[in-house]
Amino acid sequence: MKPEGQVRIPSGCAIAAVISREGRPISGGLMAEAMKPMHDRSNGLGGGFAGYGIYPEYKDFYALHLFFDQRATRKNCEVFLKERFEIIKSEIIPTRKIPAITGEPVIWRYFVAPLRSVLTSMQLDEKEFVARTVMYINACVDGAYVFSSGKNMGTFKAVGFPEDVAEFYRLEEYEGYSWTAHGRYPTNTPGWWGGAHPFTLLDYSVVHNGEISSYDANRRFIEMFGYKCTLQTDTEVITYIMDYLVRVQGLTLEEAASVIAAPFWSTIQRKTDLADREKHLYLRTLFSSLLITGPFSIVLGFTGGLMALNDRLKLRSMVVGEKEDRVYIASEEAAIRAVEPEAEHIWAPAGGEPVVIRVKDGAY
Amino acid sequence: MGMEYLAPEFEVVRNRDRCTNCRICQQQCAHEVHRFDPKRGIMISDESKCVNCQRCVAFCPTRALKIVKSDCSFRPNANWRESAIREIYKQANSGGVLLSSMGNPNDLPVYWDRLLLNASQVTNPSIDPLREPMETKVFLGKKPQRITRDETGKLNCQLPPQIELSMPVMFSAMSYGSISYNAHASLARAASELGILYNTGEGGLHEDFYRYGPNTIVQVASGRFGVHEGYLNAGAAIEIKIGQGAKPGIGGHLPGAKIVGDVSRTRMIPEGSDAISPAPHHDIYSIEDLRQLVYSLKEATRYQKPVIVKVAAVHNIAAIASGIARSGADIIAIDGFRGGTGAAPTMIRDHVGIPIELALAAVDQRLREEGIRSDVSLVVGGSIRSAADVVKAVALGADACYIGTAALLALGCHLCRTCQSGKCSWGIATQRPELVSRLDPDTGSRRLVNLMTAWHHEIMEFMGGMGINSIEALRGNRLMLRGLGLTERELSVLGVAHAGE
Repeated sequence: MKPEGQVRIPSGCAIAAVISREGRPISGGLMAEAMKPMHDRSNGLGGGFAGYGIYPEYKDFYALHLFFDQRATRKNCEVFLKERFEIIKSEIIPTRKIPAITGEPVIWRYFVAPLRSVLTSMQLDEKEFVARTVMYINACVDGAYVFSSGKNMGTFKAVGFPEDVAEFYRLEEYEGYSWTAHGRYPTNTPGWWGGAHPFTLLDYSVVHNGEISSYDANRRFIEMFGYKCTLQTDTEVITYIMDYLVRVQGLTLEEAASVIAAPFWSTIQRKTDLADREKHLYLRTLFSSLLITGPFSIVLGFTGGLMALNDRLKLRSMVVGEKEDRVYIASEEAAIRAVEPEAEHIWAPAGGEPVVIRVKDGAY
Repeated sequence: MGMEYLAPEFEVVRNRDRCTNCRICQQQCAHEVHRFDPKRGIMISDESKCVNCQRCVAFCPTRALKIVKSDCSFRPNANWRESAIREIYKQANSGGVLLSSMGNPNDLPVYWDRLLLNASQVTNPSIDPLREPMETKVFLGKKPQRITRDETGKLNCQLPPQIELSMPVMFSAMSYGSISYNAHASLARAASELGILYNTGEGGLHEDFYRYGPNTIVQVASGRFGVHEGYLNAGAAIEIKIGQGAKPGIGGHLPGAKIVGDVSRTRMIPEGSDAISPAPHHDIYSIEDLRQLVYSLKEATRYQKPVIVKVAAVHNIAAIASGIARSGADIIAIDGFRGGTGAAPTMIRDHVGIPIELALAAVDQRLREEGIRSDVSLVVGGSIRSAADVVKAVALGADACYIGTAALLALGCHLCRTCQSGKCSWGIATQRPELVSRLDPDTGSRRLVNLMTAWHHEIMEFMGGMGINSIEALRGNRLMLRGLGLTERELSVLGVAHAGE
């Protein structure tokens, strides 16, 4: 049977997220609790978490999390990394042996800074350089896989149920101002560690529930711009699309949301605000190949905030609730109630309506 | 049989019990097959003139007629097939180049029929087009992947000129002259009503049809017939025709007999003179010359109209398309080897060019590999026969399709493939007033609207089944296709997996 990456595996899922608008620390253990009531939305073939603000002591360095199939691969890959980066710190990501999680690869993290001389000779800005390096390793270095590459954030994922994955990675030992979580229900076995969510590039991370019908249209378009979809998963292509629209093209999150979950033409036509109509007509026409169809609910994590978004028909459930400085997002209200029984203003955002929550300036 | 050594290809079978000698078949047949024999008091036929256009069959009030392929046959020979023998007799008789019309009829692979579409099951819901919005609107034109903002941070929303279509289908180029005034009127009115475009072909634009300008593509071909500033500005887009799928590499010839009255005036050439379109444009001998023509036309229309460059699908089509994409063209139209024509040398029609499915797949992939797919839209034709072909073409990577033959069929064409005779019994490929009047533009446009409306419904059903509610999410979405009975090499050119994979 072909491994993930050589074959496309659709999956259903559970997602959850939390953020403190004040930038106050939240334990990673909270997210594990939130995922428990949604146990049946996963099938034990993938779970994962992304935390923001978890590496304050290394916040100026890219935190690369890597899976290696064996020790020799790590040695080779480190040689490659050293040619391009100053490695400030490298270590095994601490884990806990538990019966529910088996067959783990070699899991390492590196805090790195790109070598100035390399950046100058390649005429690239730092982020583009890091993004290209990640693409290269994932596509070309056999047995090595970068699953997290942002600053002051990190992804933790595995094959297993999400609550077990949290225990495995000792997530309760991390604190961050925002977290996203994912439980996977792939329709094919075996799930692969790299195929679990969140999927990340630089500091963008995506957790996603759904199976998009536009996948190959999106993939073939985004691959024109240097991205390589090595996993053939929806989440991977959505992450690259957001990176392309926001980082490369310079769209705002709201503008990017109106590209991937564009309003219907008839809705655009009905808009009475002419400038708004013109903007939507423009964005939809220009980036028509990045429209995502089919069911999805996603939470995009980025430095200083989260964005939740549903497909334009709202074919997947997703609710938002708040309590004091915290905002919660989940596939089911039960997940929010599990960690905040007093949550208020529970509401279901409309299809295609982005919900952007930002930590106040200076608090992250 | 006589000196032509040829038995008629078709047999007129007349049921004497049903025939009432009403002579309608005689009036309807433009080829003078039927006549009344007063001595015997019955209708008789000269089958040597019959082209099997089915006009008499359709109009016989007692259904007394049928036209069948004659079973009179040569001694069977797998090498010297009947068509080869017949062609040799004809050439030995006339000394001329064999002429044919419409598309290549030979038994070569039709890849559309070897591609199958996907549908959603369980993991992803299908969408009911009767309940949910299903979007088929398409914009054709450049989509430059670089946004800009003004000093206040507001997006500059200026796009290069675009064509807006309500569905990804247009009527392809058929000139006034090769087809009739009424056929053009039907196409123009239908395009207008449907929110799509028709194409003038290279015969200029009749003055009566300027009012359909927003739904018209005006063509500039190597003969430059009927081209002037007003014409260029009359349409929604301009098409430079380099080649045509039915006759790649050669020009066109509309006989002087068809250059009469309005046709002469519209083409801006004297009555009775042959209209010769040279094989190449004599100002385009290389790709850099094409760029100059593209920009000349843009200058003449103040950069308000997208420019289409139409080429025939030939062996090196991917590199050619890449060159066109870099020449300033907004849209590339590719015509496959089954594309129709009003007249082409039979040998050229049947032996030059490649299938549109393979050409489209190769071009779309090449433009993506070069990162310039957004610089142009892709339109394909030759031959798109159904809504399924449209959906498959879009999934392979087309922005829209051109249909010619399908549109003519809707107008009554029965594919007798003798347009070059100018005696079209259905009033389409003729300039004879008594034949032209047989095609009523009210009926013609209504039938075209019916056809496109039916396809539109079918396209939406396909999309809904795939869980796709907007056509742009289908474009280039090759995972929605699987091949059946194709070789590894064919699958690799098409960029699709085999069924079961």
